[in-house]
Amino acid sequence: MPEAPPPQTVLPSLAELFTGYLKIGLFGFGGVAAWARRVIVEERHWLTERDYAEVLGLGQVLPGPNVGNAAVMIGRRFHGLSGALLATAGLYLAPFCILVLLCLFYDRYGQLPAVAPVMAGIAAGAAGMVIGTAFKMAGKLKLQWDALVILLLATLGAAALRLPLPVIVLVLAPISIALSLRRSGLLRGTAPR
Amino acid sequence: MILQVLLTFSILSLVAIGGANAVLPEMHRQLVELRGWLDDATFSQLYALAQAAPGPNILVASVMGWRIAGAGGMAAATFGMLVPAAVLAWGMAGLTHRLRGAPWLKPAQAGLVPVAIGLILAAGITMAAAAHSHGLMPLLVVAVATVFVWRTDYSPLWVLAGGAVLGAVFLG
Repeated sequence: MPEAPPPQTVLPSLAELFTGYLKIGLFGFGGVAAWARRVIVEERHWLTERDYAEVLGLGQVLPGPNVGNAAVMIGRRFHGLSGALLATAGLYLAPFCILVLLCLFYDRYGQLPAVAPVMAGIAAGAAGMVIGTAFKMAGKLKLQWDALVILLLATLGAAALRLPLPVIVLVLAPISIALSLRRSGLLRGTAPR
Repeated sequence: MILQVLLTFSILSLVAIGGANAVLPEMHRQLVELRGWLDDATFSQLYALAQAAPGPNILVASVMGWRIAGAGGMAAATFGMLVPAAVLAWGMAGLTHRLRGAPWLKPAQAGLVPVAIGLILAAGITMAAAAHSHGLMPLLVVAVATVFVWRTDYSPLWVLAGGAVLGAVFLG
């Protein structure tokens, strides 16, 4: 069920959907969230910053990896079932093949290839990339102060207090949704159950 | 056996709110403590193995499945971990499409955004803390990479490549 995209965005073909997600999976060291936003919003303009953040938000409260859930939803939005399947296949294909190779190597030699120092360096770069992406999104979306408080509480709960993520989501998501509905003047009377 | 692997990971898939890192403790409970398929040390090693590959961390399930029951186990674990969650996401996409005229949908969705960004930030900080275990140099890389990605639109490949080179030179 393709929808007309907002003016400044580009509707990807099935092949572009696949190759875009292939890149996200292949480059996504230490997790794919930062690359997904980079490719979808900055490089290929499939979605606006806000649209993407909202899809990702939905992907976050559903079980499963948020970027994987977002791939299903974005694929469906542009090209229905084949879009969802191709986006998902693109996301997992390259990492899966690399994992198979790593497993075979591990089976044979009983240890990982000696790339630990390089991987540690990449991991540090990836950590900064993830933090920078969060700052960038928060800045570009011009979050209100109450949304920023929710953002920091989520960060604090997960990174400092090490609370289980479902607990954080179940507590903060309803509060944050209520704040957002109130901001748009919808909370009284018309609020959904 | 393959069927049990499929079933176990399907259940894990449905409780994995927050993705791979959120489901890891439950995965450990199921695979190590309840089923006894893996021992503690193997579980940690396999986790490290999965981290060495790019891509979604949820593929840690594939590695576990491979160790438990070979290629069939790998296929079953991957399928079980990915498909139930993907079906839910599909259903949710359909639901939001059907409700797209509702005035409360956009604000409600917008309410989830700060939580999602906050959790991304937390993931980055956790990764930075892990990098710090290799000394001060990685923290410098984290700081430079943060500013680079935040303030510029250049490809983040540069910071990954820079990190790789510095890691090879200083951490080897």
